Amino acid sequence: MTAVLLGNEIPVRAAAPAAPAAPEGATPAGAATQRPISGSVHSWDLSTGVDGPGTRFVTFLSGCPLSCLYCHNPDTMKMRNGKRYAADDIVAEAAKYTTFIRASGGGATISGGEPLLQPVFAGELFHRFKHELGLHTALDTSGFLGARATDAMLRDVDLVLLDIKSWDPATYTKVTGRELQPTLDFARRLAALDKQVHVRFVLVPGLTDDPANVEGVAAFAASLGVVSRVDILPFHKLGEAKWEALGKTFTLHDTPSPGPAEVAAAREIFQGHGLYAV
Amino acid sequence: MTTAPVDTAANSMQATEVTDAWDGFQDGLWRDAVDVRDFVQRNYTPYEGDAAFLAGPTERTTAVWQKLLGMFPEENSKGIYDVDVKTPSRIDAFAPGFIDADKDLIVGLQTDGALKRAIMPNGGWRMVESALNAYGYETDPEVREVYTHLRKTHNEGVFDAYTPEIRACRSSGIITGLPDAYGRGRIIGDYRRVALYGVDRLIDAKAADKARLGEQWATEHVIRDREEISEQIKALNELKSMAASYGYDISGPAKTGREAVQWLYFAYLAAVKEQNGAAMSIGRIDNFLDIYLQRDIEKGLITEEQAQEFIDDFVIKLRIVRFLRTPEYNELYSGDPTWVTWSMAGIGEDGRPLVSRTTFRALQTLYNLGPAPEPNLTVFWSQQLPKGFKDYASQVAIDTSAIQFESDELMRPKYGDDTAIACCVSAMAVGKQMQFFGARVNVAKALLYAINGGRDEKSGKTVVNGFEPVTGDYLDYEDIAPRYDAMLDWLAKTYVHALNVIHYMHDKYAYERIEMALHDQEILRTMACGIAGLSVAADSLSAIKHAKVKIIRDETGLAVDYEIEGEYPAYGNNDDRADAIAKRIVQDFMQKIRKHPTYRDAVHTQSVLTITSNVVYGKKTGNTPDGRRAGTPFAPGANPMNGRDEHGYIASALSVAKLPYDDAEDGISLTNTITPDALGRTAEERVQNLSGVLDGFMASNGFHMNVNVLDKKMLEDAMEHPENYPQLTIRVSGYAVNFVRLTREQQLDVINRTFHGSL
Repeated sequence: MTAVLLGNEIPVRAAAPAAPAAPEGATPAGAATQRPISGSVHSWDLSTGVDGPGTRFVTFLSGCPLSCLYCHNPDTMKMRNGKRYAADDIVAEAAKYTTFIRASGGGATISGGEPLLQPVFAGELFHRFKHELGLHTALDTSGFLGARATDAMLRDVDLVLLDIKSWDPATYTKVTGRELQPTLDFARRLAALDKQVHVRFVLVPGLTDDPANVEGVAAFAASLGVVSRVDILPFHKLGEAKWEALGKTFTLHDTPSPGPAEVAAAREIFQGHGLYAV
Repeated sequence: MTTAPVDTAANSMQATEVTDAWDGFQDGLWRDAVDVRDFVQRNYTPYEGDAAFLAGPTERTTAVWQKLLGMFPEENSKGIYDVDVKTPSRIDAFAPGFIDADKDLIVGLQTDGALKRAIMPNGGWRMVESALNAYGYETDPEVREVYTHLRKTHNEGVFDAYTPEIRACRSSGIITGLPDAYGRGRIIGDYRRVALYGVDRLIDAKAADKARLGEQWATEHVIRDREEISEQIKALNELKSMAASYGYDISGPAKTGREAVQWLYFAYLAAVKEQNGAAMSIGRIDNFLDIYLQRDIEKGLITEEQAQEFIDDFVIKLRIVRFLRTPEYNELYSGDPTWVTWSMAGIGEDGRPLVSRTTFRALQTLYNLGPAPEPNLTVFWSQQLPKGFKDYASQVAIDTSAIQFESDELMRPKYGDDTAIACCVSAMAVGKQMQFFGARVNVAKALLYAINGGRDEKSGKTVVNGFEPVTGDYLDYEDIAPRYDAMLDWLAKTYVHALNVIHYMHDKYAYERIEMALHDQEILRTMACGIAGLSVAADSLSAIKHAKVKIIRDETGLAVDYEIEGEYPAYGNNDDRADAIAKRIVQDFMQKIRKHPTYRDAVHTQSVLTITSNVVYGKKTGNTPDGRRAGTPFAPGANPMNGRDEHGYIASALSVAKLPYDDAEDGISLTNTITPDALGRTAEERVQNLSGVLDGFMASNGFHMNVNVLDKKMLEDAMEHPENYPQLTIRVSGYAVNFVRLTREQQLDVINRTFHGSL
């Protein structure tokens, strides 16, 4: 067929009269209301059980400072590949699901890309998701730009899904192209703020699965005292086609996915530190 | 023919005093009048715990099921296992049959052998003859003579009264699946009545009804009612005689749990011995049976294991209900459906959950016997259900993909709390309501007729007179909307006309004697219309409205294809620009249906349901303005088109939830296929999350959700190696099917249909 469906897009405000206009003063204290806050958005989706607890309205922002070898959404790496949306439009879209989410349990997650690459936009969305729509909120981040998250923003975030990609700094840099330290700093800050954290750890055979590496992440996570859950995410290659579509090389083509035994071994390491790991 | 009683392990019935049978039951209205709901409400024990009490299968249960599993491959390869060509079936036509006479706990088969089918020619002789021929059997000359010369059938009656226009619609496929050559089904006898009261008491009540009618002036309606009651009483007597042939006297009430199951099953068995109905649903029975099982357990007469064993054995019987149908019919509906729909749960009018231990036992059969499409276990979902039951139902759905969920909150206000589903999504108050099943019309094809001025886009023939084709190069929404409206007017009128003819003749020539004997005399009838192709029609109109759609015509001027320039919002993304169009089609068509008076003053309803006929409907429909290619399957039921719902199954489900139940009281069907990962990372999370999804959907006014939790790879493997997946069950639009029995085309449709996973 010749048509390109509009499915992946959010109707602009003019075409969605149902979108409630943000009342004056609904934006964070002191934020300018003269110009609508907008950001670069890859897409939005509803997911269950994978982007925080329950069923969630997930906004994927475009742009990421990291370039993880295993990234399964490489199409979200560049901010310029996203489409510009006003926060109003995203909030109006999310508002369609509040009845559902209140009954099902769940909330709103901002993911990416890296949400903290657009901290004002993300902060506006969190504030309105939480106070206007009354939803539980989650920030899905690598923590690399944690310093950009203001305390005011974090007050509107109920849960942080913190991706710690490696304990060994060299491996971290190999996987992401960036430094580990900012993530650790952000994690400690979250602990000081007593913010609930779910740690995510992508288990990649031959890359991140060295027991000493896993042990380091586990010991650090346990030391924070705010980590209520660890998700061990087995590496998969479902995103490979997206790399090809972007004309990029997926360097982990020959890397196998970890088997159940390898996942279980990593889980035991986390559990050995008294963490709930799945 | 009545046969002599046989000795079996199961029979030991003595005539009983009613007082013994009802010992320990709370009194109420039910003692003085036939009122099963009152009995259940006063006597059932709601169960709010979890599934820990349940028992696994006994060796006996497993042995009986294994025996059948050994017979299914032959049935699959031949099409039917066996058939009696000489004996037109009626309630007491056959000698007793057993799966294993020593092991059957609950006895009774449709014929004298397991999986052996019967002919039921009252619906139509041609159906019987072509089915027998298709499976390599010859018809019996005497039986043929009877049903072609001496005894008129429903099918013959219908075609005597059809108009040429209706015939043309039938052959073009704009109206399809009409029950004009087979039993209409979708009538649920209140089979519980036989267990609670015994047959004699029911006969007395019917005789009293008839006597009252004897005092009324003999109008056509009164005469018909009197004749029908007489037929009902005959059927009740045949039911007694059939039970007696198995060694049971069911003239009085059941005294024990096992007898309650047996009596109820005999009543249901009588119905499936006589009617080859499209859907032969069993109603709402678990809390009723639980009262008897609970009484026996409390008296120390049976253990949990035995209670479960009775239910397991009963369910085995329900799994092997068989009808003789043509291969074309099976192609339309995938395999061999009987829709033994068993409705359960929901919340009572007094706020207590309609959940008992036997509700759990019924679901447990899917573990004890393995998954299967029948009985079609249907959970009335409410956010108010106890957590223990929600957890178990969600777990069973995830593990077996064999149950469906429907909104108790939408149904209870309309039908009360003793409601059951006939077929897939058709709600009715048990024993007080029945429907005239009307299959469905193709509203996507109707749009093509509106474009082509009544000419069929495939054959080029004029099916509808009096319409002009669109002449421009581009479709204009303002131009096409009134044309479509007028075409739907014509379609609604022709459709209700056909249904009136069908149901007049069905009552006359293939009356459901035993099912109606288990109804009140005064009942509510609905005329259950239906639509297919909703998402194709809605997306086509959305494309015309929001993009530019160019018409491509053949040399005769017939519009045969479309080119879309630009983008359009598709139904299934929770986007009102498209969803409002779908909603409007449903509302408009319902209004149009309501304009036409119905046979027996039935109340007009409609469904948005296709079962698996979405594949055949797609085959019969040319290219459509939404970009769908000719022959491509429609989406099932009210589902959005495959692949156009791009924001996951919840956005898709909420588009469907916008369709108004008030204008589709015969049900709105949604099928979701989800990979396990898309429900959460641990087994426990998946259970909680599925319960949450169901809570959220119903809170958003969603009506029905089939839930398949499946792996795409597994289905592909099952296509290649069906022998490894004999019991793989999947849900399609209100019904569960055995995956390996689908045609290859249908299997591919299921696999290609949106798999909602996550990356």
